[in-house]
Amino acid sequence: MNIAVCVKQIPDQSVPGKLDPGTHNLVRDGKLILDDSDSYGVEMALQLVDRAGGGEVTLISMAPNGEVSGIRTALAMGADRAVLVSDPSLAGSDALTTAKVLAAAIRRNPFDLVMAATESTDGYTGTVPVQVAEILDIPSVSFAKKVEIENGILKVQRQTESGYDEVECPLPALVTVTAGVVEPRYPSFKGIMAAKSKPVDVLDVAALGTGPLTTSQEIVSVRAAEERASGTVVVDEGDAFRQVVEFLEAIKVI
Amino acid sequence: MANATQTPEGLFDIDGLLTDEEREIRSVIRKYVEKRIKPDVAEWFENGELPARELAIELGKLGVLGMHLEGYGCAGAGAVAYGLACLELEAGDSGIRSLVSVQGSLAMKAIHAFGSEEQKQQWLPKMATGEVLGCFGLTEPDFGSNPAGMRTRAKRDGKDWLLDGTKMWITNGNIADVAVVWARTDEGIRGFIVPTDTPGFSANLVHRKLSLRASITSELVLDNVRLPEDAVLPGVSSLRGPLTCLNEARFGILFGALGAARDSLESAIRYGMERIQFDHPIAAYQLTQKKYADMTVEFGKGLLLALHIGRLKEKGTLRAEQVSIGKFNSVKQALAITRECRSILGANGITLEYPVMRHMSNLESVYTYEGTHEMHTLVIGEALTGLPAYRI
Ligand SMILES: Cc1cc2nc3c(=O)[nH]c(=O)nc-3n(C[C@H](O)[C@H](O)[C@H](O)COP(=O)(O)OP(=O)(O)OC[C@H]3O[C@@H](n4cnc5c(N)ncnc54)[C@H](O)[C@@H]3O)c2cc1C
Repeated sequence: MNIAVCVKQIPDQSVPGKLDPGTHNLVRDGKLILDDSDSYGVEMALQLVDRAGGGEVTLISMAPNGEVSGIRTALAMGADRAVLVSDPSLAGSDALTTAKVLAAAIRRNPFDLVMAATESTDGYTGTVPVQVAEILDIPSVSFAKKVEIENGILKVQRQTESGYDEVECPLPALVTVTAGVVEPRYPSFKGIMAAKSKPVDVLDVAALGTGPLTTSQEIVSVRAAEERASGTVVVDEGDAFRQVVEFLEAIKVI
Repeated sequence: MANATQTPEGLFDIDGLLTDEEREIRSVIRKYVEKRIKPDVAEWFENGELPARELAIELGKLGVLGMHLEGYGCAGAGAVAYGLACLELEAGDSGIRSLVSVQGSLAMKAIHAFGSEEQKQQWLPKMATGEVLGCFGLTEPDFGSNPAGMRTRAKRDGKDWLLDGTKMWITNGNIADVAVVWARTDEGIRGFIVPTDTPGFSANLVHRKLSLRASITSELVLDNVRLPEDAVLPGVSSLRGPLTCLNEARFGILFGALGAARDSLESAIRYGMERIQFDHPIAAYQLTQKKYADMTVEFGKGLLLALHIGRLKEKGTLRAEQVSIGKFNSVKQALAITRECRSILGANGITLEYPVMRHMSNLESVYTYEGTHEMHTLVIGEALTGLPAYRI
């Protein structure tokens, strides 16, 4: 079982982020760390390979400045190798360009399954993984809250608004996992020390062989999100339960 | 509200002095402590308890137990990485750091440094995973700073050894599977590996502590404990044995105590920004800022000294008196910092809702164990003058 896990290295969320005033893109020139939402995919992949009795977990990442510290974190968790595509021309890439790059990087090694998070914590487009699947011409299952593989069949519980669907598809396939699908392990110290010597292939676009990539998307302007409307306050005068039940029915929770 | 622009560590650019690996190890422990220790530790402290077995298994998975030792399932990390791990653990609670110090630097170190190959194979891998817990018995009711006077005795009886005596203030004593016990013999002071289920061995909890309450402290009673010939550590037959281990543990403490200081400092800064008196946050008043500045500068200097000592250890040139300098400074400053932080928190500062007074009372133990502050003072004095002042 060989699994490619798309991981994104993002600016540290504990430091306030900045937008480039010209391009409106998030400034990513400082130290990058592993996107927490990707640690679930890494953990899931490690468990699936373990259960399958062997195979490799390959990390796939794209970063403008050759940064590897976030990748090292995932290698320290136990992933075997990484492919990092780093090319100044990729700064500010849109989702489709990113998907083309990741797909080309994934294709370099044999894979049975591709894993990704449902969306990144800094960009939030949530569109890259399905585009990757389309380019690779494999089925994709999004919002997985449970993932199993039996006899070459991917079995997924797919989170929906009202519960979950049970979905199956043949491998190779792509699956996006929600936060909480598994509890990501802490990297062990031995893992951290071993991560230093695990292979990280750093490639530029030319080496990737995708041909020319053009970003056709432009961010025209950025506005602050509207403040959320304040919620409804229910004061209990003996009939609060009825109002709560009505509310839950209205949003189809019960 | 205004935003702080620098953390105490950021102000000193400590990160710039660390390798990627050291930062990574630090961040793993910091996360673990945030998630696993901080939410519950006040309750453990209040109840005078510690889920030590569970924690040991988790710490073993992380690779903290004996992390600075080579081989036998240990991670073989550098001295600074070990120090930083101690610092982060002690930012949770000195009791957690004590658990790790005793396991890794005292019990495991003794076996690693002075044990036979068979002893190492038998004990170290399981101690590294946390399946087997160790303790270290040197101090006795009547011999603390002066362990050379110890009364615990081991006699040969045919091929066996017979141990008799009492050890006091032994961390992990009641939960340990194995005790490394130091005893007087005809051949000098020797270390013994004592499985705690050996007949004649018993441990009694020390109750009513006001410090290190989230840590288990015990009296060990050895009543005619019969041990096979191969229970003795073959590598040493003098006080150099226990002192080597203590030196290793002190090294962890000189980083560790600064963790308690940092956590208190962060707590006091956060509190000062939020607490409004006379219409302004108390952090906006000059007296409070002077406290912050004095404390942060001492904290930063202490950490720079600790890092220097760590690098000397990595180079292999570290001398015992330099470890004394580190313990002397870190614990003294950490204690002063926690006390000052307590004042900033006002009445809230005396409760367990905030970590500050818990750290402060813990540090009273840290001040005394692993060589009292006074002993380290005398070590430094002796290094400067050549005159040992321990005896009249
Ligand atoms: C919570 C806790 C956990 C501990 N865990 C362990 C453990 O796991 N294993 C272990 O072996 N021990 C442990 N200890 C014991 C610790 O190492 C001793 O308490 C320490 O060595 C001091 O000994 P003492 O308490 O008997 O004090 P004493 O030696 O009686 O000292 C009392 C005071 O006299 C001062 N003093 C003594 N001699 C001199 C002198 N010559 N000149 C000037 N001043 C002097 C001391 O500095 C101190 O201020 C622990 C202690 C505590 C509190």
